[in-house]
Amino acid sequence: MRLTPDMIRLAVPFLALAVLLAGVFWLQPRAMTYSGLNLLFNLAVPIALATLAQMFIISVNDLDLSMGAFVSFVACVTATFLNDAPLVGALILLASIGAYAALGVIIHVRQLPAIVVTLGMSFVWTGLAVMILPSPGGAAPDWIRSLMTVRPPFVPMAIVASVLIALVAHLIIARSTLGVLIRGVGGNERSVARAGWSVLRARAAAYALAALFAVLAGMALVGLTTAADANIALRYTLLSIAGVILGGGEFVGGRVSAVGAVVGALTLALAGSFLSFLRLSPDWQIGAQGAILILVLALRLGLDAMERRRMRA
Amino acid sequence: MTFLRMTASRPWLWAWIAAVAVFGITIAATAGASAAGLAQAAFTFAAFSVIVGLGQMFVITLGPGNIDLSIPATMTLAGTVSLKLMDGQEAMILPGILVALGIGACVGVLNYTLIRALRIPPIIATLALSFIVQSTAIWTNRGLRVKPPESLASFSTGTLWGVPNVAIVAGLLTIAAWVLLERSGHGRRISAIGQSLPAARRAGIPVEGVRLATYVLCATLAGLCGFLLSCFSGGAALNMGAEFLLVSIAVVVIGGSSVAGGNSNVPGIWGAALFLFLVVSMLNTYGFGAGPRLILTGFIIIAVILAASARGRTAA
Repeated sequence: MRLTPDMIRLAVPFLALAVLLAGVFWLQPRAMTYSGLNLLFNLAVPIALATLAQMFIISVNDLDLSMGAFVSFVACVTATFLNDAPLVGALILLASIGAYAALGVIIHVRQLPAIVVTLGMSFVWTGLAVMILPSPGGAAPDWIRSLMTVRPPFVPMAIVASVLIALVAHLIIARSTLGVLIRGVGGNERSVARAGWSVLRARAAAYALAALFAVLAGMALVGLTTAADANIALRYTLLSIAGVILGGGEFVGGRVSAVGAVVGALTLALAGSFLSFLRLSPDWQIGAQGAILILVLALRLGLDAMERRRMRA
Repeated sequence: MTFLRMTASRPWLWAWIAAVAVFGITIAATAGASAAGLAQAAFTFAAFSVIVGLGQMFVITLGPGNIDLSIPATMTLAGTVSLKLMDGQEAMILPGILVALGIGACVGVLNYTLIRALRIPPIIATLALSFIVQSTAIWTNRGLRVKPPESLASFSTGTLWGVPNVAIVAGLLTIAAWVLLERSGHGRRISAIGQSLPAARRAGIPVEGVRLATYVLCATLAGLCGFLLSCFSGGAALNMGAEFLLVSIAVVVIGGSSVAGGNSNVPGIWGAALFLFLVVSMLNTYGFGAGPRLILTGFIIIAVILAASARGRTAA
């Protein structure tokens, strides 16, 4: 079987995850158990969802700098309204998905740079979150809490959830008509329009899908932490961008992979805990994520170059 | 009509008009009592945004995808290490400054090396490196708060004829940046690359050298800003750079530079930095809490971008 560059692109994040995981198991064999794996990947579920959200935005050649602020906002709504008055909470979350779709429309109609608009929105979401929860607190709705802590047989919840969300996102972005359309907008906007599709609708749909996954990320996060605060997920903005790229996505051209994005997010999450197994200072936790990112991208470049040389030979 | 034509050729005017308007509204609330104090505070805090904004502007000018996300981490590392080195001693001031600038320059070189060697978008290269730089800062800092040397502390908080010293430093840098961008061959080359990379290559511009110099310049300014900020606030804090990630981008864009690159202007950065500070103090004066203040700041950024896009359309 010949390796195509696309297969290398997808194989590299899996390889990185496998190597990291093997390292963790070697250092701490007890991590190989059911609860060990659950602990390792628990907090990766919301990160994976946020990364998928960012992936939808990146697939139309935009970038969302408000992802972390938005997930924090959702977390605050989940820990307050959704818990105390589920109907109001659900309406707020639905409205925020609508707001995202509207953002997509404004960005498209006025040809605005998405980076700046989402930058402005990050202030708005943080402001709303601060108004809802001025100090850390709130409580997770019971059903979310029990959903996040459910113990399925044989395979821990974190793994089941990661596989499930990767699969769903993959079906949406790679197999559905809408997904093809969204990636088409990223690839060649004009040809999508020429073919008679509405680019406006595709971009709005991409933003709405992103908001949907970000809402799920916020809810999952509160299910794990049982409380929220306005800055709970600010790190997600940069982590989600890194996860998409780590998983083989590109900033332009509609080249994204849902499975890759989830694996990328898991890798980044694991990179942090890997250090504690090495008994290195937690000071280096963020640094390890940066180093893994650089290593994986270097590995991809190396494999790409090797493959090209072999094809020429 | 003449007004419109004038603003179309000077996109930085809008940021200044907005800043002056917000200033007026704010002092109207206090019947003009605090005008001098407010102006002084605005110029002090704007100075820090301007210093990092200038660097970010040069990077953004390079064209689509060029953004330096490592500014906050560089500021933090430069601030922590230089303050630790000086350890409050007057004799160590010069080495301290040199170390802060050197750290910045190193981060810039590393940024560019990653972009070039791994052929990855600058956003992801600077992001990955910023994680490592931030970790290094955490590791060197260890929660210690070293005081800056006395003379540096009084310099960074002091004024000269009523003008804050940091604003004077930022002002001099602004003039240098304007000359560099508008009057030097190097600045022309940066803009040319931003307008069309292939065309710049064909024209024989040493593209890679210019990009390297630009990333080094941006990170060095971030190092300087981190140094000044930690002297100003009496010590380096690990989160001191955090807000400057968004601010450095916001001042460039609100100031009327093109996000797509190739067309930047320097005076707008001052207008935008003053504007951003004044908006917050205006909302403070009128008794808004932290939440509404953030929300309004966000909407104002979006409104400015909307206005700018309408302006661009009439000009075209």
